Amino acid sequence: MASSKFININLKIWRQKNAKEKGKIETYRLDKVSTDSSFLEMLDQLNEQLVSERKEPVAFDHDCREGICGMCSLFINGRAHGPDTGITTCQLHMRMFKDNDTIFVEPWRSKAFPVVKDLVVDRSAFDRIQQAGGFVSVNTSGNTIDANATPVPKHDADRAFEAAACIGCGACVATCKNGSAMLFVGAKVSQYALLPQGKVEATQRVLNMVRQMDEEGFGNCTNTGACEVECPKGISLENIARMNREYLVASIK
Amino acid sequence: MAKSAILKSSLAKKYWMALTGLFLCLFLVGHLAGNLQLIFSDALHFNEYALFMTTNPVVKLLSYLTYISILFHAVDGIMLTVQNRKARPIRYAKEDSSANSAWASRNMAVLGTLILVFIVTHMVNFWAVMHFDKNMPLQTIHITYQGQEMDMYVTTNDGKYIPTDLSNTGLEIRNHKEFYDAAANLKMAEGIKDLHKITFAFFKDAKYGLIATILYVIAMFVLAFHLLHGFASAFQSLGANNPKYNGLIKGFGKGFAIIVPLLFAIIPVYIHFFAK
Repeated sequence: MASSKFININLKIWRQKNAKEKGKIETYRLDKVSTDSSFLEMLDQLNEQLVSERKEPVAFDHDCREGICGMCSLFINGRAHGPDTGITTCQLHMRMFKDNDTIFVEPWRSKAFPVVKDLVVDRSAFDRIQQAGGFVSVNTSGNTIDANATPVPKHDADRAFEAAACIGCGACVATCKNGSAMLFVGAKVSQYALLPQGKVEATQRVLNMVRQMDEEGFGNCTNTGACEVECPKGISLENIARMNREYLVASIK
Repeated sequence: MAKSAILKSSLAKKYWMALTGLFLCLFLVGHLAGNLQLIFSDALHFNEYALFMTTNPVVKLLSYLTYISILFHAVDGIMLTVQNRKARPIRYAKEDSSANSAWASRNMAVLGTLILVFIVTHMVNFWAVMHFDKNMPLQTIHITYQGQEMDMYVTTNDGKYIPTDLSNTGLEIRNHKEFYDAAANLKMAEGIKDLHKITFAFFKDAKYGLIATILYVIAMFVLAFHLLHGFASAFQSLGANNPKYNGLIKGFGKGFAIIVPLLFAIIPVYIHFFAK
């Protein structure tokens, strides 16, 4: 690419051997980073350099590298998924940085997301919340009916779809000053609550999912709106309000 | 299940925070309406209003609700803050929170604590004096009676005045405001506490009046920032988020957050600098 250029950067990266040992920030110098490379490719480059120096490479989560799986995390320069909005870390490119920039790279910080190693955190708390109620108990043994047989208003279908776009990356928790998971849970509650198939179990679902969320040790939402800004999928605060409504109704039933 | 959910869950704490917060917003409106009489009304009318506010049973009930709301709002807020701190045991080395959220929204606990400190001092300065101070002055008027100038106590009994010089009346003041016939041990009338005088003296005080005024204005700035986030936030917590009305709620909230503290702040400024 004609516009591509190279920059040299300083990295301050959280290194932690395992879940039990204390970690600390280590500083690395990385030269000749292409501005066209993604942030993860830059970390690959760093790891190649570390391996060639016979040092332990930095562990970080990644999978699809096309912004859809929610696996890559990283708190970069004080923001979840780095200095841009509506993206995951794999979609963050080094052109967002300048030559000789110092870049902080830290894992998601949350009691409910313990560090496994370096920048890798255990996000299974989200799975347990999902398992507590984020499903529809439909018998699928050969008697499923055509999806279009149940009419769904277009408006509701769109809202449910937008909520279902959540990839469970945990950026909302990471960026929230309270470490709250309410955007995630709000989205998961909403994607079912808005559809006729989900309404059947709506009461139990919201009670169970919120209870599990509290048990996992997530904080409480104070409506700063930071999660909505940093969410790579643009999940709206409306979903938290919907969860609040659903829960209020469910808990007095 | 449902029972513990509505009392103990994270969301229940938010509902209580929102409900008590909105109730306190209503209280602010009522309190402001009363205070504005310090500018737009005279001492007698203000003191009669103060008497009504401290004796009317409905107002009393509302005031107890207000005390409870303040306590609940504060305790709930502390509990939420403690939990939220625990939710992130290791802080970030670098955090750029101004990129995604408003300053007031991130500092509600600090702002709230400052407001609580203000409320306590405010109550010590006025509420406690009004209720318990033995030297609380009573409302008097200056009249000319049979060609003689004299000061008279105003009583709750309309039109009944008592000379401030009690020496020839056989009366004495008991319980800070009750006029007793000393010989007969009989309550004859009840005076009206002069809160107006206390308030004016407080903000016009040669030594502390200016600093009191400045601190009051600062407290109102703090309140404004607290409301700037809090008002609309309460609606979101209660689940009221609809694109149709969000603009209205946020707009009204901002207006409320600016206008109410501003009007409160004008009062001591007026008293200190402009009132006689």
